[in-house]
Amino acid sequence: MSSQAFQKVYTKLTNITKATVSLTAKDVGYDEMAVVHGRMAQVVKIVGEQVVLQIFSGTEGIPTNAEVTFLGNPPQLKVSDELSGRFFNAYGHPIDGGPEIEGEIREIGGPSVNPVRREQPSHLIATGIAGIDLNNSLVSGQKIPFFADSDQPYNQVMANVALRAKADKIILGGMGLSNDDYLFFKQVFDNAGALDRIVSFVNTTEDPPVERLLVPDMALTAAEYFAVDKNESVLVLLTDMTLFADALSIVSNRMDQIPSKDSMPGSLYSDLARIYEKAVQFPSGGSITIVAVTTLSGGDITHAIPDNTGYITEGQLFLRRDTDIGKVIVDPFRSLSRLKQLVIGEQTREDHPQVMNAAVRLYADAANARTKLENGFDLTDYDERTLDFAKAYSEKLLAIDVNVDTDTMLDIGWELFGKHFSKAEVGLKKEMVDKYWKE
Amino acid sequence: MEKNDKTTGTVSGIIANLVVVDVDGPVGQNEICFITHGKERLMAEVIKVTGDQAYVQVFESTRGLRPGSKVDFEGHMLEVTLGPGMLSRNYDGLQNDLDKMEGVFLKRGDYTDPLNREQKWNFKPLLEKGAEVIAGDWLGEVEENQMPHRIMVPFKLEGTFTIKSIAKEGEYTVDDEIAVLEDKDGNSVSVNMVQKWPVKVPIKTHKEKPRPFKLLETGVRCIDTLNPITEGGTGFIPGPFGTGKTVLQHAISKQAEADIVIIAACGERANEVVEIFKEFPELDDPRTGRKLIERTTIIANTSNMPVAAREASVYTAMTLGEYYRAMGLKVLLMADSTSRWAQALREMSNRLEELPGPDAFPMDLSAIISNFYSRAGFVYLNNEQTGSITFIGTVSPAGGNLKEPVTENTRKAARCFYGLSQDRADSKRYPAIDPIDSYSKYLEYPELQESLEKNMGEHWLENVLKTKDILFSGKEADEQINILGDDGVPIDFHQRFWKAELIDFVVLQQDAFDKIDASTPLERQKYMLEKVLNIADTDFEFKNFEQVGEFFKRLINQLKQMNYSEFDSEKFKTYEKELEEMLGEFAVETKKEAQAV
Repeated sequence: MSSQAFQKVYTKLTNITKATVSLTAKDVGYDEMAVVHGRMAQVVKIVGEQVVLQIFSGTEGIPTNAEVTFLGNPPQLKVSDELSGRFFNAYGHPIDGGPEIEGEIREIGGPSVNPVRREQPSHLIATGIAGIDLNNSLVSGQKIPFFADSDQPYNQVMANVALRAKADKIILGGMGLSNDDYLFFKQVFDNAGALDRIVSFVNTTEDPPVERLLVPDMALTAAEYFAVDKNESVLVLLTDMTLFADALSIVSNRMDQIPSKDSMPGSLYSDLARIYEKAVQFPSGGSITIVAVTTLSGGDITHAIPDNTGYITEGQLFLRRDTDIGKVIVDPFRSLSRLKQLVIGEQTREDHPQVMNAAVRLYADAANARTKLENGFDLTDYDERTLDFAKAYSEKLLAIDVNVDTDTMLDIGWELFGKHFSKAEVGLKKEMVDKYWKE
Repeated sequence: MEKNDKTTGTVSGIIANLVVVDVDGPVGQNEICFITHGKERLMAEVIKVTGDQAYVQVFESTRGLRPGSKVDFEGHMLEVTLGPGMLSRNYDGLQNDLDKMEGVFLKRGDYTDPLNREQKWNFKPLLEKGAEVIAGDWLGEVEENQMPHRIMVPFKLEGTFTIKSIAKEGEYTVDDEIAVLEDKDGNSVSVNMVQKWPVKVPIKTHKEKPRPFKLLETGVRCIDTLNPITEGGTGFIPGPFGTGKTVLQHAISKQAEADIVIIAACGERANEVVEIFKEFPELDDPRTGRKLIERTTIIANTSNMPVAAREASVYTAMTLGEYYRAMGLKVLLMADSTSRWAQALREMSNRLEELPGPDAFPMDLSAIISNFYSRAGFVYLNNEQTGSITFIGTVSPAGGNLKEPVTENTRKAARCFYGLSQDRADSKRYPAIDPIDSYSKYLEYPELQESLEKNMGEHWLENVLKTKDILFSGKEADEQINILGDDGVPIDFHQRFWKAELIDFVVLQQDAFDKIDASTPLERQKYMLEKVLNIADTDFEFKNFEQVGEFFKRLINQLKQMNYSEFDSEKFKTYEKELEEMLGEFAVETKKEAQAV
């Protein structure tokens, strides 16, 4: 952002800390952006004429006579169709070597949707991954994170979801993305020939961590442009929200705020909700769906970040390595999509809810059988069969490399039931069994 | 706090939504003010005063706000507007009518009237000229959605008044004068159908607030049977995410025996509120045959709406409840979730740089919560009529840990505890209310015991306590079996375990999505409990432990089919008959009938 004419330049800092500088300035608005010593900064506190600025990239090397110009506006993004196919940094500047884009200027982090104007989410988003479509169907306007350990291939799964979901636009918000992952996304989207419907805002590990705080708002402002102005269905990918929350805690710490649980700021819930609640089905037909990643430390979901996230999002998806088949699967026990009831059996085949529940129940029986086996007890014939079923179920349906449509998933389900169990053991409604049972 | 000249001020400091204002006159704690920012007027509340500086929390985003902005103080605390026309409305936390707002996005500084000023109401006077009245007395009534809505002497009036004139039956708008009152010094007060009341001050126009004594039927078996809540009682539902808090709350609000339902969606998911908006207008009200939305008011302050208004939203909801209670109605107030409210308090306390209490919550959290819960209750009004507010709040404990401050402090305030357990939710035993940990203090009230004996039969309480014992002994047996192995314990242990499972599956678990099972009337609850206890009292003889499980699984299936059938229908009776036959297979003797009346 370049400074405009008639802007007053201040050159006397009265206070410098690790993250902030203070100066005496007049007529400054709260949340306003500024440039300090060539670095981007934002107003975080005003006390009389004392203005405190947070420097996103830190204050190292800033002298007390540094030049300060106020930009007169909160963080903004220029929006237009030119966004498509481009890569930007956290400030909305191109990082792909292309030209600056032209468009209408919008403030980021804008107002919330009036809840009475929201529509109930009702469109199924098919991903081809049975662990998601069959057991935890996604719905447009939903917000759902992957809860994953850092060694799991969540970014790959997310890229797959993004490419297969028939969204008009995909917006990637990358926070603390390693350079390798950034290039991975770029390459995958490029290879799929999907680049023209993708917009990316990326903060890599090479960039200052505090800049990350701007990424979700940038991504969602772009999303709102396409969903509201263009009535498009927009899928927003946010990875990794744990690193976003870590940046929040850094800032709150530097602002001398009292931390609450797990050294996170007391406002963590509101901060995360502000972002996730941007997921919405608009009455005009456009929608914003958010798929995020929250990395866990050692699978601990009671930590403040996944815990608060779980209270905000509409379910969560867990990945797990299934050693029986040597593949990563979507865990059917711990994953949950709260909105699936709105579409399954309605937009998918009538037997969907029944097949889904029966398969998970039988899979649970297999887990019990495995415990029995581990404790050295004898297995019954039924136990043996559940174990066989579980393996096939994992391989053919739960594995993340599955890519079939929902009807096929259901057919596979019936095939597995028929192969391993009797009708009574599966215990489904008689009319369904009569219609779909496969010997 | 009444002043003649309005105090004004200018903004001198801004930290997020905490704004420091230099004032030129007196200000009151919790006084409302408006900050002028361009064309917008932002509403704020005074939360601290030091010298000539007032610290105000703004109910909106403060983005772009500058020092020097003008501030006008209003001379009163945050108030709600009370009058006919509040039912089936969707308000935000500050009682703005959300449907009246234009556009898809909420606009900053957009405040809308909670009432309809044009609509005419058919007013019927209840008192005559010359009658002596005090605050809260019913002057007359209008009908709203077939519910009597009493027009009361304004709560703010102090002392005794004489009715100088009162309107005749006829059509009036809420602003039309319907009565003139005269105090003992001869001063006249004009009264219409609208009055204002500060949300943080309880409305206390009732004569007496006895201990609650009457069971409030919710149709949820594990509440009504095991741990009943009373009319005017308080309860809370803590549970980790994904344990079914919201489904349970919706079930209670749909089924409970209340005249008015107020739902405060406080800092929760917007899509869940949308579900209420879309579903309630469709749902038939089993009590009136009309639509459920007609006796419901929704206060929606979802998690992405301003935090300060979230704090206000629960008070707004409670004040509306108190208004209806003063009319002699039974109000059910649900707040989801009170943890978000506590978090709003925490955020503000943090900005005020107060010394924090546990988990950085404000030190007085306990007092604030108790104070709020104490506003619920059953009351006798001055005209001997009764009214009540039954309050149930959900708590979202961080990390599912019930030792965190909000849960702990709520436990001190609420009389019923419905703890949702992760284990039960994981094994799909819904509602996931833990039968061992949960309690209702009301069961110990002699007042309630007496009324239970009268309405449910003299052995009811005995049976309830027995049910709890069986559940407990079943849990103990289960633990023993887990330690010693299936064949390491006597067969009797298996029987004890399965008898508890029987109660669990048939009485405690309930299918909120099944048309019949979703709501169980008390009469049916009584019948089924006695049926199940009868089985629990029966001695069975089994050859081995496998037989026990198999047999009880069949019993459970049979009883569940009964739960899914219309009460006392042919189908129900057929299942019942088959059940009796099954029982004969292993029963040694029927020891005694469960103590039915």
